Amino acid sequence: MGDVLELTAVQAHGAMSAGELDAGEYAEAWQGAAAGDELNAYLWRNEDGDGAAIAVERPCVAPIAVKDIFCTEGVPTTAGSRILEGYRPPYTSTAVRRLIEAGAPILGKTNMDEFAMGSSNENSAYGPVLNPWDRGRVPGGSSGGSAAVVAGGLAPWAIGTDTGGSIRQPAALCGIVGLKPTYGAISRYGMIAFASSLDQCGPLTRDVSDAALLLAILQGADPCDSTSVGLEQAPRLPDREDLSGLRFAVPSDLTDHVFDAGVREVFEATLETIEALGGEVGEVSLPHAEHGISAYYVIAPAEASSNLARYDGVRYGMRAGGEGDLIEMYERTRAEGFGAEVKRRIMLGTYALSSGYYEAYYGQAQKVRTKIAADFSTAFGEFDFVVTPTSPSVAFGLGEKTADPLAMYLNDFFTVPMSLAGIPAISIPAGLAEPSGGGPQLPVGFQIAAPAFGEQKLLEAAYALEQAIGFDARPQGVRGG
Amino acid sequence: MIEREQVLHVAKLARLGLSDAEVETMAGELSGILEHVDRISALELDDVPPTSHVVELENVLRADVPHESLAQDVALASAPDPVDGAFRVPSPQAE
Amino acid sequence: MAELEAVIGLEIHVQLATKTKMFCGCELSFGDEPNIHTCPICLAHPGVLPVTNQQAILYALQIAAALECEVAPRSIFHRKNYFYPDSPKAYQISQYDIPLASNGRLGDVRIHRAHLEEDAAKTIHVGESGRIHGSSASLVDFNRGGTPLVEIVTEPDIRSAAEAASWARLLRETVRQLGVSDVNMEEGSLRVDGNISVRAAGSEELGTKTELKNMNSFRFLERGIEAELARQRELIEAGGTVAQETLHFNPGDGSLTPLRSKEEAHDYRYFPEPDLVPLAPTEAMLREARESLPELPAARIERYREQLGLAEDTAALLAADPETADYFERAAKQADGVEPRIVANWVTGELAAALRQSDDETSATESKVEPVALAALVAMVQEKKISNSSGKAVLATLVAEGGDPAAIVEREGLGQISDSGELEAIVAAAVDANPEAAEQIRAGNQKAIGAIVGAVMKETKGRADGGEVNRLIRAKLGL
Repeated sequence: MGDVLELTAVQAHGAMSAGELDAGEYAEAWQGAAAGDELNAYLWRNEDGDGAAIAVERPCVAPIAVKDIFCTEGVPTTAGSRILEGYRPPYTSTAVRRLIEAGAPILGKTNMDEFAMGSSNENSAYGPVLNPWDRGRVPGGSSGGSAAVVAGGLAPWAIGTDTGGSIRQPAALCGIVGLKPTYGAISRYGMIAFASSLDQCGPLTRDVSDAALLLAILQGADPCDSTSVGLEQAPRLPDREDLSGLRFAVPSDLTDHVFDAGVREVFEATLETIEALGGEVGEVSLPHAEHGISAYYVIAPAEASSNLARYDGVRYGMRAGGEGDLIEMYERTRAEGFGAEVKRRIMLGTYALSSGYYEAYYGQAQKVRTKIAADFSTAFGEFDFVVTPTSPSVAFGLGEKTADPLAMYLNDFFTVPMSLAGIPAISIPAGLAEPSGGGPQLPVGFQIAAPAFGEQKLLEAAYALEQAIGFDARPQGVRGG
Repeated sequence: MIEREQVLHVAKLARLGLSDAEVETMAGELSGILEHVDRISALELDDVPPTSHVVELENVLRADVPHESLAQDVALASAPDPVDGAFRVPSPQAE
Repeated sequence: MAELEAVIGLEIHVQLATKTKMFCGCELSFGDEPNIHTCPICLAHPGVLPVTNQQAILYALQIAAALECEVAPRSIFHRKNYFYPDSPKAYQISQYDIPLASNGRLGDVRIHRAHLEEDAAKTIHVGESGRIHGSSASLVDFNRGGTPLVEIVTEPDIRSAAEAASWARLLRETVRQLGVSDVNMEEGSLRVDGNISVRAAGSEELGTKTELKNMNSFRFLERGIEAELARQRELIEAGGTVAQETLHFNPGDGSLTPLRSKEEAHDYRYFPEPDLVPLAPTEAMLREARESLPELPAARIERYREQLGLAEDTAALLAADPETADYFERAAKQADGVEPRIVANWVTGELAAALRQSDDETSATESKVEPVALAALVAMVQEKKISNSSGKAVLATLVAEGGDPAAIVEREGLGQISDSGELEAIVAAAVDANPEAAEQIRAGNQKAIGAIVGAVMKETKGRADGGEVNRLIRAKLGL
């Protein structure tokens, strides 16, 4: 059967069900591949029986990599932070439990920006992740490790989390598929919280069909998560052949924010492909979407400042040594345990919620959010989907944007509005482009957003487009690339 | 835009120990971010309801049925300073 | 200087007697080994989420109904952010500007609001570690953390320390009878703090208020408030002003210690809890809460007074003890031709005394005295079939053995002497045997009749009706 690592998860599942592929051997092959990690993508790999509490009795689905933000019982879970170094949770997150119940062995926990705060995976306390396309560049973030393992041939598929773009943007920068489902489609129980009203679990896969299969495994209302509703119907594998009858909107207010000319070219070319498939492309105004970054960088840090307050050295995790009273212990623990970006966002969030500032910041940002959701609603009255480039640029260099936090935040420009509105959005690889500073070509992602709970239609359209684009480039050294 | 005093006050609220250098850097960085974020204060949104909840659910409740609690040793397994079945911490400064 | 009046409001925390905590399924407990009723949720491990206890909502709605509150059609939870070891998430899930209930009343005091929240864990401060520069330590037990609480805040309608204690007792009794809490102040399932200020009598403005904490009995509540009122009065009369502060009551000597306030102590940075969805009590939930209300003390007292003619204090006594009150009502129904108030007096008087005498400390309901038996007994005494003192004797037997009063009377021959001839003869004999007393009675000394009555009673073994004996003696003496 050729190289089993070539099989997508859907293909492997079919082969295993048909008895053509031995599940145990298949899992072992992937374990071997994962062991060759030179990208610093894995923080922990499942070897030597260390993952006993999350073991899968009878594998029947492709093994999977899990972002280190998901609690896994008895297995190190750090959220990319020093403050949780060595922490082994006493329970397993619902998302991972569903993977285990579906028969997907856990390959390992992937590296990430600390507490999911970042767009380049340079904020990890355990070192940056390298982009398999060019190891001098970032894979994107915060699910950089999950994207890198899939793109780099170290896992067939992975799960990550998306709060403002943290699945979609690294998927785009690594040339793979990344899906952020509707808020509430997948349980957040056991997913270390960054911004509670925005965080969502989602698939990072090689193709749209794998994303559909993974979504089907993960989705569902969970009694442990009061905000989870699941999807009305379990997703099916997509099979749509063209895009006739479907209308795609380009938001006129947003697309000026592209940094790399190459990204714009790929975007325009993809619009032509849509038309060639029978789809209609039009323009729409999302007047408040340009304020998405501003609203997001108030709401997310505000919720984060509260969610991260439990890391206080009392019950688990790191506690700073030395003398002192309670407050000194708190202050030193958190000073030593958190990285610079996390501290920045905690400060920002605390300020936005503090006495005298709540209405002007948090209150106002939640109103902008209402308007952004309304803008999308109006757009969906006329169109089936809203489309944008996923990221304003291709993968940038390590250290290139770390000097100015705001510059880093602007990477989320196209992805944040969908997070604020809670609607589903997918990024598929649409082509290659040269970075504006020159150099070898790198992947460009195309983002499609749909109305809330419109996952099936979204997957169908993404599938048809993906088939037509036929993106088959690979990083050098990965499966024949 | 955000002064050193405010940075110190906010750091206290957040129980974050910042060095003098960090306080200064933080003041500059936060000011830059807030300047960008402040654009939303110019928007006329008086009649717009804030989004406090994204999902339109109400009354999601759980039956009052006990589940199994963690054994004491498991509850304390990750504790930095477990003593006699309890979590020990330094006391607050005497009042 | 104008006379100063006290302006007092109370803030009450009621621990609900649900089986499990507010946001997780750990069991509630008191006094157990530390940290044996915890889970990742109430220990605030990374990634956990709260899920609201349905029973806690229903209990809170019952409290709201009992306090005649308006229930918010839609209320939400808020996070109250602060760092302390007893607060594992470093925020408490509570309610802020849209509480579950508001605008109620109990007795003479208006209720401002009632809302749901979770209790903190328990911190025990231990002594010096022995090191020269070392600070002492605290030990934290999370068993209590997450217990459901209803916080009730009154309007500042109370005007004295005594009124505060008495109203707090009424609140306690009301909540206790709902069956939603143990409301035990010593165990902490009922906590009462006071907000106290003074102002010139007749003024509409409010003075600066102080908060008084740590009074864990009604007596301490009264003493603490009295002490604080005295302190504020003295301060104002000396020309000073009252500072807003929190004071800790010291049970040892009844003194008040100000807690030093930290500058940023009270910026709780409230924001709506994103992990929980709003509460919108349905018509079914509201109806269930209303219909589950037992007759509460205030209502029962009124019914007993107006419909059954009981005296105020008898009514209050019974209303505070619903089991005995129900017993009284069953007996009263069976006591044909006897006024309920007489039955009530027997229940709170003779029966209570008889039960106290027997060693068991049983209640009326637990005793061997069936309500129908008591009813029959009271009726027999009223109809003068047996004397009052015979009645007490029969009651003692009922308490000891149970049974039917008529049968006991028959068995022990306690029937009142109904044959007037027999009684007349005994009276005549007694009068003859006590000539000095007879002389005194004729002379106008009414009290002397007691000696002759006593002789008759002795002879009849208490079976004669006292009133009748009196009449016969006087007739015999020609008076």
